[in-house]
Amino acid sequence: MKKLIRFASIACASAMLFSTTAFAEGETFKIGSIGPMTGAAATYGNAVMNAIQLAVDEVNEAGGVNGAMLEFNPQDDENDAEKSVNAYNTLKDWGMQMLLGTVTSAPCIAVSAEAANDNMFLLTPSGSAVECIAAGDNAFRVCFSDPDQGTASAKYIGENKLAEKVAVIYDSSDVYSAGIYATFQAEAANQPFEIVAAEAFTADSKTDFSVQLQKAKDAGADLVYMPIYYNEASLILTQADAMGFAPKWFGVDGMDGILTVEGFDTALAEGLMLLTPFSADAQDDLTKNFVTKYEELYGEEPIQFAADAYDGVYIIKAALEKAGATPDMDASALCDALKAAMTEITVDGLTGAGMTWDETREPSKEPKAVVIQDGVYVGM
Amino acid sequence: MSFLSYLINGLSLGSVYAIIALGYTMVYGIAKMLNFAHGDVIMVGGYAALTMMLATGTNPLIAVVVAIVVCTVLGVVIERIAYRPLREAASPLAVLITAIGVSYFLQNIVLLIFGSSPKNFQSVVLLPDLKLAGGALIITGEAIVTIISCIVIMIVLTAFINKTKAGQAMLAVSEDKGAARLMGINVDRTIALTFAIGSGLAALAGVLLCSAYPSLSPYTGSMPGIKAFVAAVFGGIGSIPGAMVGGILLGIIEILGKAYISSQLADAIVFAVLIVVLLVKPTGLFGKKIQEKV
Amino acid sequence: MKSWNKNFKSNCITYGIVIAAFLAVSALESTGNLSSLLKGLLVPLCVYVILAVSLNLVVGISGELSLGHAGFMCVGAFASAFFSKAALGAIPNDGLRFFLAILIGAAFAAVFGVLIGIPVLRLRGDYLAIVTLAFGEIIKNVINTFYIGMDSKGFHFSMKDQFSMGMEPTGTMLLSGPQGITGIPKNSTFFIGILLVLVTLFIVLNLIDSRDGRAIKAIRDNRIAAESVGINITKYKLMAFTVSAALAGVAGALYSHNLATLQASKFNFNTSILALVFVVLGGIGNIRGSVIAAVVLTALPELLRSLSDYRMLIYSIVLIAMMLFNWAPRALEWRERYLGRFFKKSVKEGK
Repeated sequence: MKKLIRFASIACASAMLFSTTAFAEGETFKIGSIGPMTGAAATYGNAVMNAIQLAVDEVNEAGGVNGAMLEFNPQDDENDAEKSVNAYNTLKDWGMQMLLGTVTSAPCIAVSAEAANDNMFLLTPSGSAVECIAAGDNAFRVCFSDPDQGTASAKYIGENKLAEKVAVIYDSSDVYSAGIYATFQAEAANQPFEIVAAEAFTADSKTDFSVQLQKAKDAGADLVYMPIYYNEASLILTQADAMGFAPKWFGVDGMDGILTVEGFDTALAEGLMLLTPFSADAQDDLTKNFVTKYEELYGEEPIQFAADAYDGVYIIKAALEKAGATPDMDASALCDALKAAMTEITVDGLTGAGMTWDETREPSKEPKAVVIQDGVYVGM
Repeated sequence: MSFLSYLINGLSLGSVYAIIALGYTMVYGIAKMLNFAHGDVIMVGGYAALTMMLATGTNPLIAVVVAIVVCTVLGVVIERIAYRPLREAASPLAVLITAIGVSYFLQNIVLLIFGSSPKNFQSVVLLPDLKLAGGALIITGEAIVTIISCIVIMIVLTAFINKTKAGQAMLAVSEDKGAARLMGINVDRTIALTFAIGSGLAALAGVLLCSAYPSLSPYTGSMPGIKAFVAAVFGGIGSIPGAMVGGILLGIIEILGKAYISSQLADAIVFAVLIVVLLVKPTGLFGKKIQEKV
Repeated sequence: MKSWNKNFKSNCITYGIVIAAFLAVSALESTGNLSSLLKGLLVPLCVYVILAVSLNLVVGISGELSLGHAGFMCVGAFASAFFSKAALGAIPNDGLRFFLAILIGAAFAAVFGVLIGIPVLRLRGDYLAIVTLAFGEIIKNVINTFYIGMDSKGFHFSMKDQFSMGMEPTGTMLLSGPQGITGIPKNSTFFIGILLVLVTLFIVLNLIDSRDGRAIKAIRDNRIAAESVGINITKYKLMAFTVSAALAGVAGALYSHNLATLQASKFNFNTSILALVFVVLGGIGNIRGSVIAAVVLTALPELLRSLSDYRMLIYSIVLIAMMLFNWAPRALEWRERYLGRFFKKSVKEGK
């Protein structure tokens, strides 16, 4: 068994060789982020990491924050809570002062418990479960929480009388999707529509949706609510088209990105409504600048995860400036300063104008309803 | 009517499982190894075909041929580097673990080259959908092509194994490697040929899988791969008609389970049926009895 | 008697390695030389060591390929975490509650071991493997549909959603389907982890060297011969399977009390396979090998973090290379010729 130990030592040695320390301690603000960069959820983690890098470079080019540069370290967690905690500890060893993460909900819950113990400032760009920021008063959120989305969707559908019979297709093995569905269902009881079919799929069988669609069709649904990510949604739309089922479609923020799927026939998404804080087609300067740069660097259109992460960097920047923080503060002191500053700042970002935070540590922004017409988002 | 519709959907899904299972069972039958990387070879086949179609705008049929060539070469290379050195290892589990390593390797190399965002696959099937009963029942062109391909492959493979010299050599190797070598059969070459055919079939399966369910990511192959493995066991692993029947049954059970029992528990139902089948027939539907030597 | 002595010596070395590792880590920790990453890895390392050792009992000693070991870990994790959450108010003493939680995790996993073992062990070879895989997936899928809540009237249960339980608004959700259990008390420590590793090793090593263990190995080596000398095949196979399941349940309990959140999706096919990788890489039937392989392979991806994008790619290449180096007959020959001086060829048990 000695050879195993030999292997381990070689691996350690090579790992040390690769690690770099470019800046001296206390001269830069060290921002860490954690998300799935490999594994089935990699597309979300990579979008976040790309956008943070882009924003950090922008901030640094413009002279940094309080005269200091930002330094960014992305870590992979494969969408696994245990690996996420490992990634968090790696970042602590690196000297992280603030965490802009994690990307997905379940790992975020585990990491935020650790961060609360350490009094480490945590701003999750896209962890939407309520528990993601519940462990301590050190955690804030950029995106909407699951209840926000589920309740807002049900209210929107009810108030605008979009449908009388609603079917839901959701991913029962996913925290995000199941979380939104649960709150949607709760609010639906108060709304003038009826949920006629609630069909689930799981991570292990998400290629064929014919049954879910057939049931929705047989139940006479005139609107299908999909609290899921765009990848599965694109398959659902394709399969519904093949079987000649054409209800109204309604999605949530995870749906954003459906128009960017390479080779997807956008005509299928015609009329799809979604609640999203961000659309890559928006014509304001902030969005145009972000989308152009992102496409230039990474060769694809940014999805909503990227927008939340980009905003996250500017939120941290605003909070650091408000608090007058300096890079030589330790993580805990910085966290106390940022906690206070967060409730005082107002940030205009890609995902909302005039975002503020109160003691609930949730962002105050309203989801915008958009509808896809002729292959682009149009506000409703 | 909706029952018929479910049945047809099950048949379509099952035909995809069946075509993957054919490659699986072929490699298992001859080389006696569970090739966990098979699902990822399928994914590579999908990417190869997609790249050809997007980059060069070639005819889909040419793209399929290219994908088959790429995967055949890949299969032979994997066998040579990762599996052959372990063929005489003290435990058959060694090569199983290496196959898992190969599976991780393929996923991550594709992730690095093509990125993590899912790609929409353009169907290579030009056949229109078949509409029955005034449009209430739809059999997609992809499903028809997949089922026909399955049957053709099954017949060709069976004929190849029973009628050609190379096929007979495969049978001999699967029965007893040592004796086959004594009879002058080149065992290494025969097993390499098995991997070549199995991987070529994987490419075809990949293209058909992605045509039927047009979403391609580096992890597309892993779950269908496991399902196809289950299908192969269902039918009696090593049996070519068994793989086809197993795959189609699996698809139908999955869809009917989803439709009539619970959509959340569809996978659990599939596995429960598998357990029951194996308890009644311990070597699958078409499996050979295990001979016990005293 | 001589062989007993040899076994005893070998076992002592195994315990010694674990205790030495514990002392070394404690020394590093008290002098502040332990990085946060390693500190965070200590409990997971214990979890995977226990998992690997328990699986080796089935794969190496009993000779059955199991692809569903994560299922037992899942049962142990959920049973213990559920208990801890439900009893949070009733038993304020952390140590006592965690001790009971571990026992409950192990007991539940053992029950599942028996229930699954009885049908599974009738099968052979790859068919047995696929049925264990199937059970593992069923456990994961079924737990994903459980909703359990608690209010003043007691427990409420549903397999649909949390609203159909008719719970009082003041009640708390203990287990909510795919979101699993959150807010589990963080009771796992490295000390408890090491204690559990030692207990696991003690149970497994003693079982192997006992009369029962020899019967189990006899069945593995030749079923028919074993049967002909009057060994009760079903009894001994089931014994190994159940002990292994219970220990996997212990690993699950340790795992679930280390993180604030627990989802069934963690215990999928990949986790089962990972445990199998530890066992095969460490040497089938070689308990000490399992311990070392579990430590090395759990730590390796974390130590490769500085490779960023290439991390998992390098990991897979290292895995393939280590397998070839450890198992290929040619590599073994080469090693014996050139490196034989440095270390003796480890005697592999098993086939």
